[in-house]
Amino acid sequence: MTIQEIQNEIVDEFSMFDDWMQRYEYIIELGKSLPLIDEKFKTDENIIKGCQSKVWLQGEENDGKITFTADSDAILTKGIIAILIRAFSNQKPSEILEAKTDFIDEIGLKEHLSPTRANGLVSMIKQIKMYALAFEAKN
Amino acid sequence: MIDSQKIRADFPILSQTVNGKPLVYFDNAATSQKPQVVIDAEANYYKEINANIHRGVHTLSQLATDAYEASRHKIQQHINAKFSHEVLFTSGTTHGINLVANGFASFLKPGDEVMVSALEHHSNIVPWQMLCEKTGAKLVVIPMNETGELIRSEYERLVSDKTKIVTVNHISNALGTINPIKWMIEKAHEVGAAVLIDGAQATPHLKPDVQDLECDFYVFSGHKICGPTGTGILYGKEAWLNKLPPYQGGGEMIATVSFEKTTYAELPHKFEAGTPNIAGGIVLGTAIDYLNAIGFDNIAAYEHELLEYGTKRLLEIEGLKIYGPEVSGLTQKTSVISFNLDGIHPYDVGTIIDKLGIAVRTGHHCAQPIMDFFQIPGTLRASFAFYNTKEEIDALVEAVKRAQMMLS
Repeated sequence: MTIQEIQNEIVDEFSMFDDWMQRYEYIIELGKSLPLIDEKFKTDENIIKGCQSKVWLQGEENDGKITFTADSDAILTKGIIAILIRAFSNQKPSEILEAKTDFIDEIGLKEHLSPTRANGLVSMIKQIKMYALAFEAKN
Repeated sequence: MIDSQKIRADFPILSQTVNGKPLVYFDNAATSQKPQVVIDAEANYYKEINANIHRGVHTLSQLATDAYEASRHKIQQHINAKFSHEVLFTSGTTHGINLVANGFASFLKPGDEVMVSALEHHSNIVPWQMLCEKTGAKLVVIPMNETGELIRSEYERLVSDKTKIVTVNHISNALGTINPIKWMIEKAHEVGAAVLIDGAQATPHLKPDVQDLECDFYVFSGHKICGPTGTGILYGKEAWLNKLPPYQGGGEMIATVSFEKTTYAELPHKFEAGTPNIAGGIVLGTAIDYLNAIGFDNIAAYEHELLEYGTKRLLEIEGLKIYGPEVSGLTQKTSVISFNLDGIHPYDVGTIIDKLGIAVRTGHHCAQPIMDFFQIPGTLRASFAFYNTKEEIDALVEAVKRAQMMLS
């Protein structure tokens, strides 16, 4: 699937929820089900700055695509990362770079996009795009 | 006595809903809400007397100057400063600290010591670190104990004739600890060190008496005491302010200027370069009048009641831990409760309870060293003001319980 198709799928899933409680409960579930990151990647270098919680993000290139793994010490943050990983992992760097991120707003997480330094969604997306940029430049 | 319903009617913002729930504003240590009289005074300044101060001979300029200077006088009386020229308008606590730290660069040499405490806000750490980098002086930290109180014996051991300035908060923003500043000032003066008190968290709860304290500098912010943002006060003893070099050059702070030599204006203008926040300075006086009409004794007693009630109610929640001193009497702690739920990140709890209309601060509260001391990523901080109620505390408790259920 393309990034756009995955994002549409995520938006569809979230549209089933009536209120914020259900949305957040789902995000918490996603957070709990996020595959564990290899402990060796939880280094200071991989920490995303600008988050109130700690977020580690690691990207690796396989066959011209980037695979992301990540972790956080806060469960909501972890859930949000799970959504981002679903949308951007195993995609080509060029496609990641071109991808839009409006779906975050559409699934009712707009407040996580606000530039208060408390939450790091903006920084996470930036870091994902940085990985894509780095891998693209390398190829 | 505080009639909280009557007082709440003074604050238009408190009657709104957030995320469909009545707003419960418990982030007062970050900034206070503003009563209608303050909001009106700000508008009235611009509607009626706006003009630049201290220079025009026209009527409006004189009216604005009079109002600005009347506010300075009011603040002088409020903190019991000896002279009104010891009261400098600043943009806030951070500005006041930087002004003093910057000035001290001309007094320090390698080997001298600058003393801060383990309980400081970043704004009372970083300017002094910068000063030490510039001068080769050493930053010495007064340690704290497990309940977030400064260790008196350590302070006595550390303070010496090498100490040139001790800079400590009156009350900790992260934990609410009330520091024994009068005693600390006495000890510092015994070795000839100056003392700066960061009163940002104290001035919302009490009326400082700078002559009784004998502090050399006392700084605070207007926005935390119902005044406008971008306002603040630096009190300095006359002798110190005469000694300190000016911080910024510009208009207003000069006596005469030629390309060969400029002479500086008298206090307080020497430190007030440029057109200040005139409206803000005037309205800060309005805010102080408002608080004094309620009475700081009433405010302290009522807030202490909220602190006791909040502590008791929150501790009913299993796995909830409160950081900071025990609540016992009015002298230990102000109305700040810094807490965490076992095994749950404060950010998660803060996000969920925001959805329930409750505003608390989450994170390190600009006091990372304190969080490192407790080895935690941060806390949730509920800070109460005189316009809060026990019913709001009940709402907080219910919200935290709900968050705990969702997150565990």
